[in-house]
Amino acid sequence: MRHVARLARLALSDAEIDTFGPQLANLLTFVDQLRELDTDGVPATAQVVPSRNVERRDVLRPGTMLSHEAALANAPQAEHGYFRVPRILAEES
Amino acid sequence: MDPLRDSAAAIAAAVNRREMSARAIADAVIPHVERVDAQVDAYLQLTPELMRVQADRVDARIAAGERLPLAGVPVAIKDNMCLLGTRTTAGSKILGNFVAPYTATAVQRLLDAGALPIGKTNLDEFAMGSSGENSAFKMTRNPYDLGRVPGGSSAGSAAAVGGFAATISLGSDTGGSIREPAAFCNVVGFKPTYGRVSRYGLIAFASSLDQIGPFARSVEDAALAYDVIAGKDPLDATSVDRPVEPTATDLPRDLRGVRVGIVKEFDTGELGGAIDACYRRAYDDLVALGATLVDVSLPTAKHGLATYYLIAPAECSSNLARFDGVRYGLRVDGADVGEMYERTRASGFGPEVKRRILIGTYALSSGYYDAYYVKAQKARTRIAEDFARAFERCDVIASPAASSPAFGFNAKSDPVAMYLMDYYTIPVSLAGLPSLSVPCGAVVPEGGDRPMPMGLQLATPLFTERALLGYAHAYEQATQHAEKLAPVEAVR
Repeated sequence: MRHVARLARLALSDAEIDTFGPQLANLLTFVDQLRELDTDGVPATAQVVPSRNVERRDVLRPGTMLSHEAALANAPQAEHGYFRVPRILAEES
Repeated sequence: MDPLRDSAAAIAAAVNRREMSARAIADAVIPHVERVDAQVDAYLQLTPELMRVQADRVDARIAAGERLPLAGVPVAIKDNMCLLGTRTTAGSKILGNFVAPYTATAVQRLLDAGALPIGKTNLDEFAMGSSGENSAFKMTRNPYDLGRVPGGSSAGSAAAVGGFAATISLGSDTGGSIREPAAFCNVVGFKPTYGRVSRYGLIAFASSLDQIGPFARSVEDAALAYDVIAGKDPLDATSVDRPVEPTATDLPRDLRGVRVGIVKEFDTGELGGAIDACYRRAYDDLVALGATLVDVSLPTAKHGLATYYLIAPAECSSNLARFDGVRYGLRVDGADVGEMYERTRASGFGPEVKRRILIGTYALSSGYYDAYYVKAQKARTRIAEDFARAFERCDVIASPAASSPAFGFNAKSDPVAMYLMDYYTIPVSLAGLPSLSVPCGAVVPEGGDRPMPMGLQLATPLFTERALLGYAHAYEQATQHAEKLAPVEAVR
């Protein structure tokens, strides 16, 4: 659980581990029924509707562009026209 | 014309003929909705200023000689769709203060067609749930029994239309999130073929399944809304580039020559005597309209839930990775960026969203990817093939829309018990088919004291929306089930 939570960047409390643990185990038992289903030679479906790769010209579409200001309007923290985040790299020792 | 009760078709006709102004409609609807919503809590946010501004704009366009298909029609928007300048939360604390910087294509098309936005409706957080109870903000109540859930995830959109607090609303359906709440709230809920309606501006849950569709109190109104919102959008590469046949015109009155598939594996007897009788009567009514019943088999459908609860969480875990406290939404500070991510997500997401992120992350993780995710994708192929084979023998498949009528609050504490509500809708979603729920009667639930609405699910082959809506219209006009129930007195 803690490994998967780490992969998902989700801090879990001990209480959550106690609750989710059995629930997720129960769900995994439930989905394990798929083992009964023969899928040898069956292709995997990612998209059900017939589709092909869509290309478009790489040009600006001003009608759907956000202004700099609008793009930052929802930022939890912004400074000098950028998103501000906590330290990413450790200080050199 | 009564803008609080009448159909979208009647409202638009009156406004186009200038018998009533859109502004007069907005002024009548706003206080009515406020009164109803004090009981139902369908809305997270009302937008009366926007509604009046839009009404004046519609009146100006009508005065200039335009005719608009939804002129003056009051609409509600599920709060996982962006509407410029309004708070758009997806029912989650993590987006509690997010203000949409643009408008979703489906919403824009409604506005361009003359609709008036009443507000944004409540939903299960990120559209994950079947009762509305997973909203981080409030519990929407069923207008037909305030002690019961409205269904989910499009809880508020279904309850608003069912409670006469909107004429039409938009919902989104990933595994049943339009059809199940429609069944619970005595309304028509229509999920078009995957790709028919642009997802641009819809907050993503499971991108290979998500589809926007309308709620309405009649099939004709749902068709009217569909005709407005459907069609290719250059801003959504998965929207399908195919002509959209108008569906709201020349709807048929009977089902002569139509072969209705009844799924052998969907034994309604298991749902209890009253529910079984309700569906048997519905199938008989189809026959009375000239249809022939055909037994069809969907042998893989019983694996639909297991397939869905791998694919949808996998896609959700990937889509919801964007909520990291950097560009928008909640941020909870930490010593470094990693701690900030983990704390933000721990604090911003509710339990059901966390469960699905964990399951999805696990199913996609190294060593389990083939056994879970790829296996589910193969099962999805087999489910879609089952439907294709069934449609060689029938034109439309009829089944329950949900496993029971609306249940009480806190009645389903086990997640898997909740998932079983969508037993009939999920296989259809995995196959991408157009599908709807139409009212088909009422059943007194176990422990209940008043009859609650039931929904008949109809599903047809890919891209056959016109045929599907036609069958539903013929059934609806002959049976008129929705008319036989009224919301509770406090809501009227």
